[in-house]
Amino acid sequence: MGNGRQRNGPWVDVERGIISREIFVNEDIYRSELEQIFARTWLCVGHESQIPEPGDFFLSRMGEESVIVTRDPQRKIHVLLNTCRHRGMKVCRYDQGNTSVFTCPYHGWSYSTDGGLVQTPGDLFGVPQYKAGYREQLDKSEWGLIHVAGMEVYKGTIWATWDESAPSFNDYLGGMRFYLDALLDARDGSEGGSEVLGGMVKWRMPCNWKFAAENFAWDTYHSPTTHKSAELAGMGPGGEGQERHGSVHKNQAKRFTSGLMAFPSLGHASITGPPEVGAEPWFPEFPNDPAVAEYFKEVEARRRERLKGKVTVTPGNGNIFPNTAFHPWFPRTMVVWHPVGPSQTEAWRWYLVDKDAPWEVKDLLRHYYMRFSGPAGMVESDDMDNWVYATEASRGTIARRYPYHYGMGLGFAEPVDNLPDAVTVKASFSEEGARAFYQRWAELMNDKP
Amino acid sequence: MTSRRTTPAKAVQNPEGDAFPAADGAGKGLPYLLLAQEVHEFLCMEADLLDERRYDEWLDLLTDDISYWVPMRRNVQYGHWDSENTRQGQDMNWFDEGKSTLRLRIKQITSGVHWVEEPSPRVSRIISNVHAIRATPSLEDPEEVSVKYRVLIYRNKLADSTDMFAGKRDDVLRKVDGQWKIRKRTMLLDQSVLLSATMPFVL
Repeated sequence: MGNGRQRNGPWVDVERGIISREIFVNEDIYRSELEQIFARTWLCVGHESQIPEPGDFFLSRMGEESVIVTRDPQRKIHVLLNTCRHRGMKVCRYDQGNTSVFTCPYHGWSYSTDGGLVQTPGDLFGVPQYKAGYREQLDKSEWGLIHVAGMEVYKGTIWATWDESAPSFNDYLGGMRFYLDALLDARDGSEGGSEVLGGMVKWRMPCNWKFAAENFAWDTYHSPTTHKSAELAGMGPGGEGQERHGSVHKNQAKRFTSGLMAFPSLGHASITGPPEVGAEPWFPEFPNDPAVAEYFKEVEARRRERLKGKVTVTPGNGNIFPNTAFHPWFPRTMVVWHPVGPSQTEAWRWYLVDKDAPWEVKDLLRHYYMRFSGPAGMVESDDMDNWVYATEASRGTIARRYPYHYGMGLGFAEPVDNLPDAVTVKASFSEEGARAFYQRWAELMNDKP
Repeated sequence: MTSRRTTPAKAVQNPEGDAFPAADGAGKGLPYLLLAQEVHEFLCMEADLLDERRYDEWLDLLTDDISYWVPMRRNVQYGHWDSENTRQGQDMNWFDEGKSTLRLRIKQITSGVHWVEEPSPRVSRIISNVHAIRATPSLEDPEEVSVKYRVLIYRNKLADSTDMFAGKRDDVLRKVDGQWKIRKRTMLLDQSVLLSATMPFVL
């Protein structure tokens, strides 16, 4: 199964734009993905504003694994596998909190994240019956919680990998950095400075995780059909009657003609064009809220001034291979599609704001994010049925024989100056991003580094 | 923009929970029972409007300044209740909105192309445990009442897509021109990770 082939040809044929349904429904392929994809790639686990103080922790996931993200007294962040080394019980079952010790509820093994108490944060600290039972014949330093092989904090976001031979996060991102920066940099163009709003939206959906990931990798194509009702309702950032992406049609047009980006050797993709001087985002209108309108007018002016002559990108949705997707602008959120089974995905969504924005602005965005995203969001709820019933309708013995078509815009990709990993398609709609995603997927499934 | 404050003005607590502690109906006599029955009837009628997809009529049951809040829930240690729910007015919530967004949601459903509501699911809202009714200014002549109760929402779509949503509601009803309307609704949904791909627009 790991060789990525099926009876009638490869699972993934990006040359012809044909992809087998098996990779969305097959249990064996799914098990193989956990090994070949999720144990080897960089995965996003959260944002450091979730753990501002020493001792703060929150639970996260990496693929099917539960992990604890914690900040030690020396302020260093650790990502630890949430399973006791003795019998496997989860040592932490609280979503967030503050502690320096995680005590297993089963036999009481305790692990400290305080480097002052143990050699390495996460090491085994207390063992009941250490003298009477173990006769002190237990090397605690050997039986600490499992650490990830690599951890990186990038402009507030926390990333981790289980693979010691994984490339650096910087190399892993490659040119996709421009598009992630559009999410993480301040609205006025200054670097970083984001924080997450309290409350992570988490939901389960009976679909394969790749439907959700590829949707952000390139899929502008679904919007007019899938999100028609949200557009009809008029639920944009500016409030009732406002369009979803604002009504600045001129900038909208520019955004959609500047092209789509794909990174075939990395698997990432975004729905806007190559980095360029003069790339500009659209700002929505806020007719019902003059103070917020004025704030964003100032922000836009500052941004224009700050980025004048610099190479940037127009913010656009993207997916960082394999399963971290984002809306970088309005709304401004990131989501990780955690695999739970071939037909089960758990989504975790974080919402970002500029830390130093006035509360009135954050509050308006908070309301927009809530009505846009997640299982109760007017826009995103309509994505779910597509992914769920596409999964279901692909499971049948007969249905599996017929592959999906990924051929839109095949053969129109062009190289991008100064970005060797990238290709672009000068169009509003293309499936080049999906082909890049599945090309990388197939390489990893075929054991390529 | 003049304000440079980057955090909410003050912590917003559960408005119902604090303002209206549980009340005991025992010994309050006939005025309490009559009002309790009236409130129960109202809540059942409201559930009917939603379950029968009479959305415009339902919208008319809301005051213009309605506050509708459904926090997300966290797994916390016993006693750490202050962090169990996301906060109204500050955090992300399942819902924290007013009439204008609810109006948009109805506009979306009635478009016929809101795919999550197509084909129209079959929904039953079961109202139960209606109690702790407090009235101002008086039980005999109430202008505003608060009420606590449970709700169980059963939703079935297509053939085999079935979801259950159970939770605790705190409502404040206000009499407007002789008719009860919903002024505040809080629903504590008893799930942390939502176990459904989507949720009904009114929990």
